[in-house]
Amino acid sequence: MISYYLDLALRSLKRNKVLTALMVLAIAVGIGTSMTTLTVMHVLSGDPIPQKSADLFRVGLNVFPDDNFRPGDKVPDNLTRRDAEALLRDARADRQAMMSAGTMVVTPAQGDPLSLEARYTTADFFAMFAVPFRFGHGWDRGDDGHHARVAVISAALNDQLFGGRDSTGSMLQVGGQSLRIVGVLDDWSMNPRFYDLSNGRFGDSEQVFVPLATALDLHLATSGTMNCWGNVPDEHAADAPCLWLQYWAELDAPSTRRAYRQYLQNYMAQQRQAGRFTHPGQIRLLDVMQWLDAKGVVPSDVRLQVWLALGFLGICLLNTVGLLLAKFLRRSGEISVRRALGASRRAIFMQCLVEAGVVGLAGGVCGLALAGLGLVLVRHQPTDYAGLIRMDPSMLLATFVLALLSSLLAGLLPAWRAMHVAPAVALKSN
Amino acid sequence: MQIQPIVAALRRHRLATLLIAMEIALACAVLCNAFFLVAQRMEMIHTNSGIDERSLAVLSVNGFEPSQAADVNARMLAGLQAIPGVQSATLINQVPFGPQRAAAGVTHDPGGYKKLIGVVDFVLGGPGTFKALGLKLVEGRLPQADDYQPAVSFVPNDAQVLVTRALAEHAWPGESPLGKDFWCDKFHFRVIGVVDHFARAQPHQYDMAQAEWTVFTPTAPGGSLSGTYLLRARPQDVQRVLRDAKAAVAKIAPDVVLDQEDSKTLGDLRTDYFETDRIMIGLLLGVVVLMLGVTALGIVGLTSFWVGQRRRTIGVRRALGATRGDILRYFQTENLLIVTIGITLGMLLAYLLNAVLMKFYELPHLPLYYLPIGALALWGLGQLAVLGPALRASHVPPVVATRSV
Repeated sequence: MISYYLDLALRSLKRNKVLTALMVLAIAVGIGTSMTTLTVMHVLSGDPIPQKSADLFRVGLNVFPDDNFRPGDKVPDNLTRRDAEALLRDARADRQAMMSAGTMVVTPAQGDPLSLEARYTTADFFAMFAVPFRFGHGWDRGDDGHHARVAVISAALNDQLFGGRDSTGSMLQVGGQSLRIVGVLDDWSMNPRFYDLSNGRFGDSEQVFVPLATALDLHLATSGTMNCWGNVPDEHAADAPCLWLQYWAELDAPSTRRAYRQYLQNYMAQQRQAGRFTHPGQIRLLDVMQWLDAKGVVPSDVRLQVWLALGFLGICLLNTVGLLLAKFLRRSGEISVRRALGASRRAIFMQCLVEAGVVGLAGGVCGLALAGLGLVLVRHQPTDYAGLIRMDPSMLLATFVLALLSSLLAGLLPAWRAMHVAPAVALKSN
Repeated sequence: MQIQPIVAALRRHRLATLLIAMEIALACAVLCNAFFLVAQRMEMIHTNSGIDERSLAVLSVNGFEPSQAADVNARMLAGLQAIPGVQSATLINQVPFGPQRAAAGVTHDPGGYKKLIGVVDFVLGGPGTFKALGLKLVEGRLPQADDYQPAVSFVPNDAQVLVTRALAEHAWPGESPLGKDFWCDKFHFRVIGVVDHFARAQPHQYDMAQAEWTVFTPTAPGGSLSGTYLLRARPQDVQRVLRDAKAAVAKIAPDVVLDQEDSKTLGDLRTDYFETDRIMIGLLLGVVVLMLGVTALGIVGLTSFWVGQRRRTIGVRRALGATRGDILRYFQTENLLIVTIGITLGMLLAYLLNAVLMKFYELPHLPLYYLPIGALALWGLGQLAVLGPALRASHVPPVVATRSV
């Protein structure tokens, strides 16, 4: 039966080419703009580390002294060095790392000095974030303890400095010091760079990784937000009242999560007893997706574009409803003949929906082409996420589902009207 | 022209009428809000930085130890000033549309957070920087030689500063800001002057009203004030001067690293900074054009259908003495009625949409005058779209009335 309806639909669509083209075009434009913006949204709000995102937690503590504490304030994102080091020493999570972004100048054997993006962190970082290695490995907790002069470099930097060969054991000249390379990363980028959103949310990962203790010894420059209170001669000192370190904990089981939360509460209680503050203090433990959500990682412009595109799709659909209605009712005579010859209302309804669906599918195909064009335009925008935008199979499928669904939705009302055409009246008036 | 028969005819096509009206309503809502967003972005793009952008460029270097700062500054300033065409080379920490280097919450009271003024940008400038920027002093005095205090941490401990008019009006409404004090934790500032306009480094990241909460802090070279240099040249020379300056860095100070990304003319910094806004404006306008196009096509399609359906009726009317003009005006009036219903609905919808946008974005209320403009645009569009089918209707010959089918 469906193939018969399909044949009828194609005949009917061919009979009125301009109107058909108009409907297909309207759906295509609506679908094209919607899918372009939805794809951008889909890519940007994706899970950067799907296998572990529920196990990784960003730790936040509100340890402001009473003078700077205002009830209702958000828990700060970063920790002081004092708190971060205390949590790291206790090591109650399955894995944990504290870190900061930074920049360092590396002097290669030949050529000009390079200013590189760096991450100063602790040993667990690599295992925690499932960082792949091409050569060598990360450093261990012992290296953190005795401030080892070691570094891990990115694949890109290894290609640039060492022509892609295994450079482990080679030296990296940083200022007057040299760091021994213990590992070279494989291609690795986290988008969004969820572990630290303060220095560019999208883009390549850092080029050099150095133990935090070593970086502090060498007075390497840190970057990112630095929030201090009180008079601070040295922001990086062990007891400086400055929030600047990101702290992540890996908690694999619900029981460890509960235990860790309890542990943090106990820690805050201890700090209160030690007289750092008298307010109750607050802790915050967010997993990766909660963290990204809290930081609003999808640019507001992108959200606005999605709303705009969906509004536009709505207009296109209303338009299609109107045109389909006109088309079906113009065929009142034909429908009446079919009804008079014994076709049920249901059959008429189905026939109309099949026709709407054919228009939707055609619109989907054209819309896909338009979305492809739209994504090419998005990729040429000077935004930090431009390079990441790709259409994946799930969005491809979603395009057709959206096109088909919206055209069927648009066809419902006209089909309903068409099936209620009174055959006798329509036949007589003709 | 009688409206009654038109209304009666529309009643028979309630569904189709409603559909077109809804489409118009949605278009009206999106149109008003899209234009409003475009206007907002336009205003942003034209943010007044308060400085002589056309004559300025900024050059940034890094990769030296804090202990070397004084030496690097001295060599860089001397070397940059020697470049032909450079009118002045001075120290600055941040410029409008460049990276933000110093921003902090300031208060009316020392130490606390109790009487917060707001988060302001601190622009640190060495001797000559104020003049090089071309800031306009509207009240008070210029910084003098002994106002330039060293910045031990991010700002000097006790500074004589100039604030923008916008900041002064926010912090001390109705009072003269001269001689007023404010604090950032233990750091103390006293206002010695007011400048007309001076944008913060990233004005976009704050409310429009806060885009100029900037404090010019005279600072002695060294410490936090090192590595970023403001070059002033004649507008036609700026590009070349910056190019020469970048090339000269390797000779002036071979031990530092030139920051290519942050070394630009102020004109280029502004262009880059507002790039996404320009794209957004283009996108909004593109969608508006497409949307109006689709709406017009919808009107054309449906009216054509009605014309086809009413061919006989039109023929009868023509046979009974109606002129072509009568038929034309009939369809025009009909369209006017439908569009008016749509616009009425659309205005409500526009305000609803605006309320939703206001919730998610920092947007002010939709000004009322956008509504009549949107209405006029849609009436115009409706009339334009209906013209074709209506003309075709007016050409239906009276003889149609005598034929059956």
